[in-house]
Amino acid sequence: MTVTLLGQAALNGLLFGGIYSLMALGLSLIFGVMRVINIAHGDMMVWGSYLAFVLALRLGLDPFVSFVLCAAALFCLGLLVQRGLVSRVLDAPHEMQILLMLGVALVLENLALVVFGPDTRRTESAYGLATVWLGPFFVDVARLVTFVLALAFALTLYLFLYRSDFGALIRAAADNSYGALVVGADVGRIYTVAFGIGAACVGAAGALMSALLPFSPATGFSQTVASFNIVIIGGMGSLFGAFLGGLLVAVAESLGAVLMAPSLKELVSFVLLVVILLFRPQGLFGGKTG
Amino acid sequence: MPLLEVVDVQKRFGGLRAVAGTSLTVEAGEIVGLIGPNGAGKTTLFHLISGFLTPDAGGVRFSGEPTLGLRPHALCQRGLARTFQIVKPFHGLTVLENVRVGALARTPGFAEATARAREVIAFAGLEAKTDQLARALTLAERKRLELARALATEPRLLLLDEVMAGLTVGEAQEMVEILGVLRREFSLTLLVIEHVMKVVMTMCDRIVVLDHGEKLAEGTPAMVAGHRAVIDAYLGVASA
Amino acid sequence: MRWPGLTALLILLVLPHFLGSYLLTVFIFIFFYAYLGQAWNLLGGYGGQISLGHAAFVGVGAYTTTYLAMTYGLSPWIGMLIGGAAAALLGAVIGYLGFRFGLRGFYFILLTVAVAEICRLVVAHTDALGGALGLFITYTGDPWQFQFSDNRYYYYIALGLMLASMGTVAAVERTRLGAYLVAVREDEDASEALGVNTFRTKLAAIVLSAFLTGVGGTFYANYLFSLQPNTAFGIPLSVEIILRPIVGGAGTLMGPILGSFILSPLAEVSRIYFARGGLSGTHLIVYGLLLITVVLFLPRGAYPHLRRALERRRAHHG
Repeated sequence: MTVTLLGQAALNGLLFGGIYSLMALGLSLIFGVMRVINIAHGDMMVWGSYLAFVLALRLGLDPFVSFVLCAAALFCLGLLVQRGLVSRVLDAPHEMQILLMLGVALVLENLALVVFGPDTRRTESAYGLATVWLGPFFVDVARLVTFVLALAFALTLYLFLYRSDFGALIRAAADNSYGALVVGADVGRIYTVAFGIGAACVGAAGALMSALLPFSPATGFSQTVASFNIVIIGGMGSLFGAFLGGLLVAVAESLGAVLMAPSLKELVSFVLLVVILLFRPQGLFGGKTG
Repeated sequence: MPLLEVVDVQKRFGGLRAVAGTSLTVEAGEIVGLIGPNGAGKTTLFHLISGFLTPDAGGVRFSGEPTLGLRPHALCQRGLARTFQIVKPFHGLTVLENVRVGALARTPGFAEATARAREVIAFAGLEAKTDQLARALTLAERKRLELARALATEPRLLLLDEVMAGLTVGEAQEMVEILGVLRREFSLTLLVIEHVMKVVMTMCDRIVVLDHGEKLAEGTPAMVAGHRAVIDAYLGVASA
Repeated sequence: MRWPGLTALLILLVLPHFLGSYLLTVFIFIFFYAYLGQAWNLLGGYGGQISLGHAAFVGVGAYTTTYLAMTYGLSPWIGMLIGGAAAALLGAVIGYLGFRFGLRGFYFILLTVAVAEICRLVVAHTDALGGALGLFITYTGDPWQFQFSDNRYYYYIALGLMLASMGTVAAVERTRLGAYLVAVREDEDASEALGVNTFRTKLAAIVLSAFLTGVGGTFYANYLFSLQPNTAFGIPLSVEIILRPIVGGAGTLMGPILGSFILSPLAEVSRIYFARGGLSGTHLIVYGLLLITVVLFLPRGAYPHLRRALERRRAHHG
């Protein structure tokens, strides 16, 4: 168990963490803006993966290019879901919202099952198995590119939220929807766009991840749980927390896989979730609780 | 021995001192009014007395026993009941089911509790609405339901939080009559937060004035009405 | 509701004489999931504490019974109670942790999911419990071992379970626990102020709910003759459990029953109709759409709306 080995694992984790961060960002944005808990998150992500897979198969598009298209497609899906379904239950008790999203998750997951079948897939990418040396560590080029792209996506999101007018509106609505209404903001449209952006994040994450990890309709649930794990650790509603949480959790998982049996990894993350739920549900970075 | 003793109680929320060393006592059979401007800490004090909040310092004794660490339900068992400033009816339950919950505190038997609940409902004038869902009631009816529920627990001390708020003159009049009966027939001790001065001055034996979490004045209605500081902080001149 | 109820019961009692084995199986599943849904209903419907991890109680009950039967030859009829108790213990732990630490709504749901997944993973890694492959019960046809050659016995047992769960819930409705439960669901603070020990009330609900579900686990194991951690503890089973009461009417006595009579046939129809090659997930799509529909248009479930419509008809004609 050399330091190099641990360092390598940590680096691998970090690079993978970009995807986790994107996943968590999307979830946190949706929750932060409209207090909706998107249980269908992981299943949306799987659709992002399948879209990238199909684009690669049919059009030969590399996932590191097509992820933008996947993000756009999921953005539209998000708009539809929010407009048609979520907007109707915004004032209903939280439990009703959760059940609604559970229904959406069931539909998405099993639609994927019907359309694509239960087998696991993986998207081909041009970088395939190429590796580079970074000092004493070797790095999957695919993983490196994924990290850079995820970071770029997150940065774009940040610029949009903090430097654009509409982004300011979104943040205002997140802070105080009533106040935003008073100022004349079209809160309904803000919510719709925010949900769309959240879905776009997860679409991009799904597309990028599809090149690195095999996926199937069934992986949707574990992605959802992983997203919530991250967001709860980082702090519900805190975008910064979600971003950092994604990197943290990915590094922890990677180290965990090296230090203990890989199959126990899942167990550890669930136990960690319980511990955090009990002692600090507001996460490491505070943030608003549900 | 006073029924209720609040001794030098303090409560902060972050940087805000909601209650800053307040003391008061309530003797059995009294009706004590708690008045003061908004934000004076009156409802916070109620939360502290009824076990919903724990004081940072100081203590509360109910019937001679300290209440520290006792949850609201335990205090209710000991005879301390309260209503809420914004009424909290059990929306999806009928009036009868609402009041029965209170009655079950004293009468574990389901049938007996139901019968007792009906009595209290009749007393509160809600008989016509017995099987109506609470969410279908008007505000005045909800206030009476809130009162009936608390009464069903057969309290010795009842904390009433702005029970007149939002009522029309006629509705308020009815409420005052009910409260009058409470004192006469049930010898119930009341600690009442109220903004409607006419009610406070006529109904209360004693008044405690709170401002910025501290006790500003205390005494009979007449004494308090003429108190300089109270007039400045809260009452204004024409206060009768 | 007296006469329609008795008539329905009579019909259900004589039905096995007219049904073939396949339809019998459908009814067995209707009754069994109605039973599980009713057990969930105590905590989720009446208590308002939604759990998405009830499969954990099924799994604990099922594995306990099966392990005791396989290792010590203990009759599942007795093992049933031990399994129920084990599930109740797990329920107590979840309840204690969740309620003591003030977890509500989504956070409580997450806790139940996490615990169920932890159970699943622990069992999948425990060789004594069959690991990931699971346990397989050898067929002996011995009634004392909860095995019957004739499907009709399972039918009557499942029917009995469903009726027993209804009886339990109906009884709870008429006790202090029942009154306190719904009060806590409606408003915890107001309940506290009225002398309700909300913590103890919620704990009682989850323990009772877990016990009943755990008992059902025995039926589950001995009807299917095999147990796998992924199915016994998995989210799909938890979803199946909550769907009946939610679609039928959470917090009502007839809700889970009605829900089961709606969902199971629907699932069978879509399974038969669409099951060509890779279309095996269709009934779950139907479930999802149904769930969405219920939340949007019938938030209190089918039963309350049905009852109101019937009452209006009766008032019209009366």
